[in-house]
Amino acid sequence: MDRAAWALREPLIAGDKTPHQVTIDVSRPLEGKPTPLWWAAFLVSLATLAVGIAAITYQIRVGIGTWGLNRTIGWSFDITNFVFWVGIGHAGTLISAILFLLRQKWRTSVNRAAEAMTLFAVMCAGIFPVIHMGRPWLAFWVFPYPNFRGPLWVNFRSPLLWDVFAISTYFIISAVFWYVGLIPDLATLRDRFKSGVKQRFYSFFSLGWNGSLTVWNRYEAVYLILAAALATPLVLSVHSIVSFDFATSVIPGWHTTVFPPYFVAGAIFSGMSMVVTLMIIARQTMRLEDYLTHRHFDIMTKMILATSWMVAIAYATEFFIALYSGNEYERFVFLNRALGPMAWSYWIMVSCNILVPQIFWFRRLRRTLPVVFVATIFINVGMWFERFVIITTSLHRDFLPSSWASYAPTKIELATFAGSFGLFFTCFLLFCRFLPVIAMAEVKGVLGSHLKPRPVPVTDEPILEAAAARSANAGLDEAVIGGPDAVLLDLSPEETST
Amino acid sequence: MSDRQQVSIYPGEEEVLGAVVELRSAGFRILEVFAPYAVHGLERAAGLRRSRIGFVTVTAATIGSLAFYFFQDWVSAISWPVNIGGKPYSSAPAWIPVVFETGVLAAGLATVLALFVRSRLYPGKRARLIDPRITDDRFAVVLEIPDSGFDAATARKICARHGAESVEEGAAPEVGKKPQRPTTTSVEVRR
Repeated sequence: MDRAAWALREPLIAGDKTPHQVTIDVSRPLEGKPTPLWWAAFLVSLATLAVGIAAITYQIRVGIGTWGLNRTIGWSFDITNFVFWVGIGHAGTLISAILFLLRQKWRTSVNRAAEAMTLFAVMCAGIFPVIHMGRPWLAFWVFPYPNFRGPLWVNFRSPLLWDVFAISTYFIISAVFWYVGLIPDLATLRDRFKSGVKQRFYSFFSLGWNGSLTVWNRYEAVYLILAAALATPLVLSVHSIVSFDFATSVIPGWHTTVFPPYFVAGAIFSGMSMVVTLMIIARQTMRLEDYLTHRHFDIMTKMILATSWMVAIAYATEFFIALYSGNEYERFVFLNRALGPMAWSYWIMVSCNILVPQIFWFRRLRRTLPVVFVATIFINVGMWFERFVIITTSLHRDFLPSSWASYAPTKIELATFAGSFGLFFTCFLLFCRFLPVIAMAEVKGVLGSHLKPRPVPVTDEPILEAAAARSANAGLDEAVIGGPDAVLLDLSPEETST
Repeated sequence: MSDRQQVSIYPGEEEVLGAVVELRSAGFRILEVFAPYAVHGLERAAGLRRSRIGFVTVTAATIGSLAFYFFQDWVSAISWPVNIGGKPYSSAPAWIPVVFETGVLAAGLATVLALFVRSRLYPGKRARLIDPRITDDRFAVVLEIPDSGFDAATARKICARHGAESVEEGAAPEVGKKPQRPTTTSVEVRR
């Protein structure tokens, strides 16, 4: 990269777009007929969903005896899938809320799709505990409502009930946040389409939005409140509460205080990987190269690398505390995880979650999308196995050796899991077809951000000196044009190496 | 107030920002600005105050949390006390996760509802656009034309200097039918 580009920073959106061009580019996939590639993907997803629906119908008819669970292993595949999907659902709100709070402008290209991903992932997650209840038609019993059985209430001391509240709140708030973000874009589409069903649809849901600054002023305040005050603590609370399902029990391997931060870090790690996977697909199939640039993938893979280390520290802490605790059951569970009959799953987890992300230390690999794509899929496999290891290996060796058992999923369980992917991708493809994948109104606001002078803090001597030294070297007034290269999480200066 | 307005259209955020600042300092009264996206600083430049919608959030969060704190207490200690593992009937620490979630839920829904009600946004509402390109890339500034003393030449000059593509004066198109009813187009921009 030459000096001028370094001085001006790499633009967030490539191709010198005007706001009008953004409207055209983002609306294009919604206007024409779907491509053959879209149809192929959609039909495959729909077929997978159909397999899942068939499997679910069968297991509800026959009962969950069709699963591979036994008296020792009462939770396995289903709860693994539940935690896996909830975890994936976390990056959406992370990207939209926490990165908004940190003023990460690059999020604007990614947040819409990531929020949609959150909604669909939480829907997938919900399937498993509802079926596990055994009588899913009575699933509404989890809510405290006045009834003719006493009234008999739910047990508010149970972490499983906290989960009900956490997941439903998370779903509702994510949906609201997503919809509020969509309103200005729906208005843009309403005014672009002249007639037809789609126009009426956009018109109905854009709530008569007319771009008035008075409303924008309130809208911005609401968006900040939703992001900063509500969604950010919410996203941290949800996976903490999911981890309480395990941490508040007395099962060795589950009974540990590191679980809430460990689960949150893992959720962000897996969610970020899933976002990258989906964004690469969207970029290639919908011609969004200018909006999802290499810089976006560079930053996201750095976040994956960082969260990978958080997860690694959690693995190490857990293991160390188990060995150090002096509790022979804890010690046994962890040695059994790494060396016992299910050690293969433990080592898949370690290699996918700790070894694979280390390739992201290299800038060239961070920007080679096929490599990134494959790596993120490995990470999601690894994160699925993390939940499997936590749940199944902790259960399959009981306190009584006479209860020791093993576990293998049945075809019904595998079909249900596949079906959840079918649901996820069906929803995602419909979303790509009918709603703007890129948040137009937000992208338009950051188009020229790399050209604007950044305010240089006057009191901060070292930064000014460094900037002055840099500008002396480059022969350009970088202190004004580029400013101290101080975007959070994007700390590496785009050096002159490549 | 007069039902005559001047509408100027701008191609970009720098242009509209400059025009708004100068028009206001020249003493013109801006009724409303229309923008395709949120421009940093434009609200303050146009004289809008910070939204007070945060009070709705705080109130709803408080109500949602407290209501569920007492509901859980009532359910577990009064309505049907069940001895669960010898724990106290009123086990406050165990109520906290649900109290937090219901607080967030109430706050989120109330805040968005407040936005919709206050801005009169509802499903199926017909959008009254000052220009169809507003939701794409154009900006519009609406000036009030008082019954007397409107210096149209100066206003036009300022608009043109900041790159206005068109400047029109006329009867307020948005509020023409019901001039007595306040709408988003005609009021609420306070000096």
